[in-house]
Amino acid sequence: MRAPPDAVTVLDELEQDAVTELVNLGISRAALSLAEMVREEVSLSVPKATLVNREEAIRTLGEREAKNLVAVHQIFEGEVNGRALLIFPEANSLELVRAVVGGDLSNEEIIELEQEALAETGNIILNACLGTMADQLQRSLRVSLPEILHGDSESFFSLAPPPQPGEQVLFIYINFAVRRRNINGYIALLLDIPALAALRALLREYIARVAGN
Amino acid sequence: MNYKLLIVDDSKLARMAVRKALNALYPDWTQIEAADAAEAVKAVKEKAPDIAVLDFNMPGRDGIDLAAELRASRPGMPVAILSANRQREILDRTKAVGAVFLAKPLTEGAFGKFLKGALRELNKAQS
Repeated sequence: MRAPPDAVTVLDELEQDAVTELVNLGISRAALSLAEMVREEVSLSVPKATLVNREEAIRTLGEREAKNLVAVHQIFEGEVNGRALLIFPEANSLELVRAVVGGDLSNEEIIELEQEALAETGNIILNACLGTMADQLQRSLRVSLPEILHGDSESFFSLAPPPQPGEQVLFIYINFAVRRRNINGYIALLLDIPALAALRALLREYIARVAGN
Repeated sequence: MNYKLLIVDDSKLARMAVRKALNALYPDWTQIEAADAAEAVKAVKEKAPDIAVLDFNMPGRDGIDLAAELRASRPGMPVAILSANRQREILDRTKAVGAVFLAKPLTEGAFGKFLKGALRELNKAQS
């Protein structure tokens, strides 16, 4: 279905730069937290924040990754409401847990800890990211408890309540590389039409603040 | 004296933010902008900036790699690396190429301190 004509479907160059800059600040903070947790350096690829519709987000993630994905899902509420997902291949999930809890545990123990460790790790990464963005936009956000989901790109981008026509996904591809391990992750922020309009208003304020005369 | 400051960042907004801070601190200085490493190398050759501020996180070559090259071609040029990523490795690499680390988001206080230090270095080299 097509988005209503007044819907925000594209961001202009400065708004795009502002989103990328905010995400960059957020992800850098998240990487520092992750580096402390795994006691190793965490390198990051340049996060490119792109605004795409739901179908494109499903397709992009589906093309890059196999079906078996795991996501840490959190709902955020404030001036901008939406959901945040930290997504990575299921095959990476035990590796991430092992990196966080240390190498001395048996496979059984790691599997037992998996849900809890993923929720905790996801919570720290997503909160670092969302919190930094909210601080920069001078607003506060409430973030729900983390929930672990298993599925594929289609199921992650179709969570209840059913998405509205024209719903946009702020889809951010990041690559967390923990030294000696290779853990790929994605962050997606799902925003509906009013949320995107609210975000755009905040981005304009932010742009005026950092670049205005 | 009127100095020339080179700002290298792939984000137009980030370049505007540096420009705003510079306008507040030294409104008479000349600003030169580059959006990537190749443009920066060209700008250094053609416009001979006195000081450079480089974003760390750019597509292609990162700011620290670029800083090493720029300082090799203009050894006396004070260079700052601007980054939100404050991990030890980044700080160490910045120091190793003789550049100063500036945390993002850039504050006028930190930027002013870097520019004062840069001016001292430039004056020392001239005297």
